[in-house]
Amino acid sequence: MTTTAAPAPVPPGSQPPPFGPPMPSGPVPAPATAPAPAAGPASATARAASGVQRRPINPERYPRTRLPGADAEAGAEAGAGAGAGQGAGRPETRRNLAKLRREDVLRIVGAASAAVALTAWLYTQVLPGRGALSFVLVAYALFLGFFVALVWLDEDRVAVWDRLAGVVIHSAAITLLAALAVVVVFTLARGSEAFTHLNFWTDDMSMAGPLDPLTLGGMAHGAVGTLIMIAFALAISIPLGLACAVFLSEFPSPLARLVRTVVEAMTALPSIICGLFIYATYVLAFGFDKSAFAASLAITIMILPIIVRSADVVLRLVPATLKEAALATGASRWRTVWRVVLPTARSGLTTAIVLGTARGIGETSPVLLTAGYTTYFNFNPFSGPMVSLPFATFTLVKSSEPTQIARGFGAAAVLMAMVFALFWAARRIGGKGAGVLSERGERRARAASARDAQRFASRHLRQAVEDFEDAQAPLQALGGAR
Amino acid sequence: MTDTALIERAPAEDKPRRVKTAAGAADRVFRYGAHGSGVLVLAIMTLVGLFLAIRGAEAINAAGGRFLTEQDWEPNSGRFGIAAVLFGTIAIALIAIVVALPLALGTATYISEYAPAGIKSFLVGVVDLMAAIPSVVYGLWGFFWLEGNLLPVARWIATNFAWIPIFKVSRFDPQDPLATPTVFTASATLAGLVVAMMVAPIACSVMREVFAQAPVGEREGALALGASKWGMIRSVVYPFGRGGIIGGTMLGLGRALGETIAVYLVISPIFVINWEILSTGTNSISSLIALRYGEASSFELSALMAAGLALFAVTMVVNFAAGIIIQRSRSGESS
Repeated sequence: MTTTAAPAPVPPGSQPPPFGPPMPSGPVPAPATAPAPAAGPASATARAASGVQRRPINPERYPRTRLPGADAEAGAEAGAGAGAGQGAGRPETRRNLAKLRREDVLRIVGAASAAVALTAWLYTQVLPGRGALSFVLVAYALFLGFFVALVWLDEDRVAVWDRLAGVVIHSAAITLLAALAVVVVFTLARGSEAFTHLNFWTDDMSMAGPLDPLTLGGMAHGAVGTLIMIAFALAISIPLGLACAVFLSEFPSPLARLVRTVVEAMTALPSIICGLFIYATYVLAFGFDKSAFAASLAITIMILPIIVRSADVVLRLVPATLKEAALATGASRWRTVWRVVLPTARSGLTTAIVLGTARGIGETSPVLLTAGYTTYFNFNPFSGPMVSLPFATFTLVKSSEPTQIARGFGAAAVLMAMVFALFWAARRIGGKGAGVLSERGERRARAASARDAQRFASRHLRQAVEDFEDAQAPLQALGGAR
Repeated sequence: MTDTALIERAPAEDKPRRVKTAAGAADRVFRYGAHGSGVLVLAIMTLVGLFLAIRGAEAINAAGGRFLTEQDWEPNSGRFGIAAVLFGTIAIALIAIVVALPLALGTATYISEYAPAGIKSFLVGVVDLMAAIPSVVYGLWGFFWLEGNLLPVARWIATNFAWIPIFKVSRFDPQDPLATPTVFTASATLAGLVVAMMVAPIACSVMREVFAQAPVGEREGALALGASKWGMIRSVVYPFGRGGIIGGTMLGLGRALGETIAVYLVISPIFVINWEILSTGTNSISSLIALRYGEASSFELSALMAAGLALFAVTMVVNFAAGIIIQRSRSGESS
């Protein structure tokens, strides 16, 4: 008969779950060191041999327990098929082959100056000026041409393609990053007109008309509205989303597959349709006012599939060995999930939630249809319109007054700062796989296991002392009798 | 036990087994709670879809087959269809993808292959951050910065490349030095470029993740055989990451199709199919909804729902296709 290696979970019953192997109910408990009379010598040696084989190669690395992260890492590498052999000491790592050649730098500088000079000449002498962006485009095309010509002078065809691809790839990356920088800097610069005034952070717009200067009125009501809306949306979507993700990963069934498929489909739902749905049901069909609560419902529908999906991915990465170990020690499924699965995946789950939050905070279209626009503070989420920062931006920049536009940019800058802060928090907390610990977390885990080890050791010691005393007692009694 | 049975049993995989024991009270509550939340999420999501379908079906029934061919949008007079808005949506998304794909591919290749080790994680963070910037910020940038800078370029292209049909602008006469550049404002190209900035980071992060998984052994094998760096990328990294490239692009396309606010801010809505992507006027389904929901009667709302349903269907098809392509590819097996 073959037996599986996986431990069978112990049913939680009314009695305390047995932690050791069940004691044989014989009259005399056999001492641990003595060989059991029933077991043959062959099976005993086999067990001893397998025990030797299973021993880790360097057991001195950690005091007693291995950290969960290390196992998870090895599994992930083997699963990714990176060529790392099972149990090989060191996984293959990529060496960085990026290097800068002096000739290439000189060629690039030469080609760039030639291209700029030629384009400048063309634009001043031959063609009339056509704006900065087309200048850049023409200069870039010329630059590529000059660069190829320069490389061609002393390299072969393969090298020319290599250098050209390198230059094109670098410029694509630079373009994208430059565009990002322009977006951020432009918004901050235009917004700084408004948000450098203190009143922008503390006031609402109830006393400030469109023609009033920037020293009057502010966007605090928008920030309050954003926070209230996202708080309500998260209050619904975090418990529901995490519970649903746990359902998907812990109870695999045809129903779970259906839920997963539908949730994945709904991540494609355009955000405006979430708003339209709530507008048509909550506002029109049920007859409630447009309010912050309606907006948070719309945001909930939008971020719920995002949170469920990314949380599901994270939870599926929790090593099955951890769960089985928990079940094997007699924990119920609920305690396994609560004490093992969720803590192991904590950083990934936090990232999922924070990224969903960033998405929900920045989205205008669900709020546009459901919240209504207002210029004053409204702290009641269930009645009356409430404005959020992106919606305020959207409304203000449609005005033709420069001060209103500046306020809109200010609101956008504040919003962007909020998203950046959330994102920074997500990167700090998360970005790690299930069970992979930060340096501090690792230290904490190691300290905890050292404490446990000490606790066990002292208990063993106490036990040994008691055993010793128990063993001494008859001797002493004997001695006393003599 | 016979030998064959042993042989069959030997390579059994180490799969998680079903737990068949009776559960305690807390476990039963947990089980019902988890199932309940799953069913609740399913119900909400289905409800949104069904509601959209049922309300939309009203309008689609009223319009019949002309819903797909009619360009006007006047539901109250019974003359409405999504031809123009759907065309605009797809045109904007395609322009966005045409611009975003090379940018995303180049940036992903740069981060995974060329970037010095020190700035790699910083760049990864920057690109992911870019994907999280609110769309209204991109809309502002498009409306206040890009539009002005794009005018001369659009004019230059319309003057020199008018022989390519889509770059022709019939209301613009290149010979007339006083011709106003306002025919180039609020064009599909502008909207497409703004959306491109939003979808490029999304596509880029999918591609980067896949490129980073390309096997080290194959990379070094290619280099050892004498391939240049570009040769190695072309023969190892790109074939390995093909699923990621296609999938990431389609994921971006899905996002581009549904984008509302950034598009709404920069376009001037029209209800005609406009093939001239450089000239003023385009439209998209999501900005149609944002534009018309406010004063909509019940029937108009159902027409908007129908348009939303069409958008949802297109987006879902694109996303599903993306998911399948990513999963089927060699690199996507683990994800």
